[in-house]
Amino acid sequence: MSEILLQIDGKKVQAREEMTILEAAQSVGIFIPTLCHHEKLEPYGACRICIVEVTVGGRTRLVVSCVYLVEENLVVRTRSEKIDKIRKAILELLLAHAPDSPKLQDLAKEYGADKDRFEKEASFCIHCGLCVRYCAEVKKKNAVGFIDRGIRKEISFIPEIASKECWDCKECFPLCPTSALQAAYVLIEALAS
Amino acid sequence: MSRINSPAELEQFRKGILSKRDPNKPCIALCSGSACLASGSDQVAASLEEEIEKQGLSDQVEIRRTGCHGFCERGPITIIHPEETSYFQVEPEDVPEIISQTVKGKQVIERLLYVDPSTNEKIIHESEIPFYKNQERLVLGSNVSIDPKSIDDYVAIGGYSALAKVLSGMTSEQVLEEVKKSNLRGRGGGGFPTGIKWQGAAALPSHVEGSRNASGETKYVIVNADEGDPGAYMNRSTLEGNPHSVLEGLIIGAFAIGAQEGYIYVRQEYPLAVENVDIAIKQAEEYGFLGGNILGSGFDFNVQVHQGAGAFVSGESTALMTALEGKVGEPRPKYIRSNVKGLWGRPSVLNNVETWANVPLIINKGADWFTQFGTERSKGTKIFSLVGKVTNTGLVEVPMGTTLRDIIYKIGGGIPGGKRFKAVQTGGPSGGCIPEELLDLQVDFDELTRAGSMMGSGGMIVMDEDTCMVDVARYFIDFLTDESCGKCVPCREGLRQMHKILTNITVGKGREGDIELLEELSEVAIDASLCALGRTAPNPVLSTIRYFRDEYEAHIKEKRCPALSCKELISYYIDPTKCQACMICLRKCPVEAIDGAKSKIHIIDQEKCTKCGTCFEVCPSRFGAVIKISGEPVPSPIPEDARTIVRKSKKNE
Repeated sequence: MSEILLQIDGKKVQAREEMTILEAAQSVGIFIPTLCHHEKLEPYGACRICIVEVTVGGRTRLVVSCVYLVEENLVVRTRSEKIDKIRKAILELLLAHAPDSPKLQDLAKEYGADKDRFEKEASFCIHCGLCVRYCAEVKKKNAVGFIDRGIRKEISFIPEIASKECWDCKECFPLCPTSALQAAYVLIEALAS
Repeated sequence: MSRINSPAELEQFRKGILSKRDPNKPCIALCSGSACLASGSDQVAASLEEEIEKQGLSDQVEIRRTGCHGFCERGPITIIHPEETSYFQVEPEDVPEIISQTVKGKQVIERLLYVDPSTNEKIIHESEIPFYKNQERLVLGSNVSIDPKSIDDYVAIGGYSALAKVLSGMTSEQVLEEVKKSNLRGRGGGGFPTGIKWQGAAALPSHVEGSRNASGETKYVIVNADEGDPGAYMNRSTLEGNPHSVLEGLIIGAFAIGAQEGYIYVRQEYPLAVENVDIAIKQAEEYGFLGGNILGSGFDFNVQVHQGAGAFVSGESTALMTALEGKVGEPRPKYIRSNVKGLWGRPSVLNNVETWANVPLIINKGADWFTQFGTERSKGTKIFSLVGKVTNTGLVEVPMGTTLRDIIYKIGGGIPGGKRFKAVQTGGPSGGCIPEELLDLQVDFDELTRAGSMMGSGGMIVMDEDTCMVDVARYFIDFLTDESCGKCVPCREGLRQMHKILTNITVGKGREGDIELLEELSEVAIDASLCALGRTAPNPVLSTIRYFRDEYEAHIKEKRCPALSCKELISYYIDPTKCQACMICLRKCPVEAIDGAKSKIHIIDQEKCTKCGTCFEVCPSRFGAVIKISGEPVPSPIPEDARTIVRKSKKNE
């Protein structure tokens, strides 16, 4: 396994090939916020909060660190005015749905996000897909999935599978970054209908 | 039909077809593209067949149902060969006359000709009509000469000769060089250089069944025919009208990069395109242009058609590939190009229908010929679907660099109804709106981007003075909130909030700071979205703010819609000095909101009025008594005793 040398926030970091920037940063204790990331799951790149600036060959651009793979001589900045502005906006957009999520509130404090900036539309779900992907990738059950698209997209349990599989599992509940009850609520709804 | 086994045999076969065709035999070409079918082309075709038989001409006259001619405003279009007499808006009732007068008697039927509105001159030949005269129809031009369901028609006009040229001695490197030299850029909107995209895939070792290269990778070529922009149908008409040109380009591309499998991803909502391309593939297989050992060259290539399930986002290249793999059509988050890792993780070259259709032209006529069209950095022609408030709607193909003014006025015939041009929206729902002061912009990839819009796949929607630019932005964002895949936050949530803000502005609930908030959300969507849909979605908002900021401000600050279009911000009012108490509006009002009587000036009850606009439309133009007002209070009704009109005739009694 060949080693790759890169720089994160001015710190020289040695990483393995095939590592993402996020993994490389975590390996040396540099914190990058995430919402849809989970080490057991395939990179998803949906919440965009782990966005960072990379400079390679003199060109700087914004990439999400949970997907972008490390490269030799890559220069990464995990904080900047631009990055903070994006993270703040993402948090404010999500807080309109899940204003009481402790995880979102903690990050909001760090980035100065106003939880009341946008009109509340309390659906709780922030579409991180952790429950959906955990069920598919780790449990291989596909008992919960996304339905519809765009702003109408939501998670939904498939009653035929959920009624058999979910009672003894419920491993997705604690993964939910907004409220564990969210998954439970949707599950009960699905089974009751 | 037996297989054609070599380029020489193809030439022989072509000569055979041409020798059997008498150029002087009357042939009626009838446009049968989707637009003309909608305006009755099938009925005209049935009458033609019936009438030809009735007049005993079955073996003397041919009917050719062609693809789209482009001038859809005036369809169905009929061209009678060999004189090439062109008739427009033909109806079944016109057919007996066409057969007896024009086909038999060689007489021109004046009333079916196109009349140039500026000179009132009647024009006999399609090519002399201003709509066509100012175009350069390199890609679409063949549509009028072939029946898309007949491979022989395509072969007769030189079809598959580019493939023959490639397979009779060109190396894949030579093909690649020619395409690179032509500077062809992706017609789907990105404008990425096609040759460079191909080269990326060609550089990787190919997996070729049974050869020394068996260790290499399987590669794919893909046609993106998932055209989903509202009002755009250039890919549709190309696939419907000349499917073999796309196939030929695809086969050449496959040869250049070393692919043996190809896909055509076409919208399920395009049944005729699907039908014609299916037929074309079957015919090409029979003739040996597809399948094993193509034209005896040893090159194998097969194509499959995949019908999309109706998601706009699947036109995004990585979402399209995900959908081809049988998954939900969501863009991939990867930072690796598809020509290295695409469909099923293999090197894949995906190009738009129009890009592929350009390839045979470049191979046949050479890159030097191709680069004489266009601008410094955008070569060749581009097909636009010219729609909206423009006199000649239809498909327009012009060299890159043609000005918007030429497209809209010279070809499009300007704005109908004496209205004033306001803006043109280019590039589909995530394109931008370009104002009047930029009408002399030379349309190419870079100029459009500089103006805050984009080429997209070639949508062009013309808007007149009655269009509210805030409402236009709201409309496109509404479309995109539906069509976003909903995966990433900046796009899904950003668009949700932008839609709310824009809706509020158009209903009079706009607030100070809304414009700045829209700009901020736009910036985040551009910087942080996962795919091109989200990154370009703010264009309609940002471009309208950039060029029509005063309209936003009028809505927000004065609660006034300058275009008098936003329902919540306008009122209908009957000017008592102009009202002739004719009862027309009073009778037509669907909610009985108009009070009055014969000789009693009409008044609109603002409480009851639903602002449907019927009174405004039906008030005779010589009166013009119904007016729209915005941003000011409706004048109070005149006193009862002043409402009686004393008619002149009665006064004289």
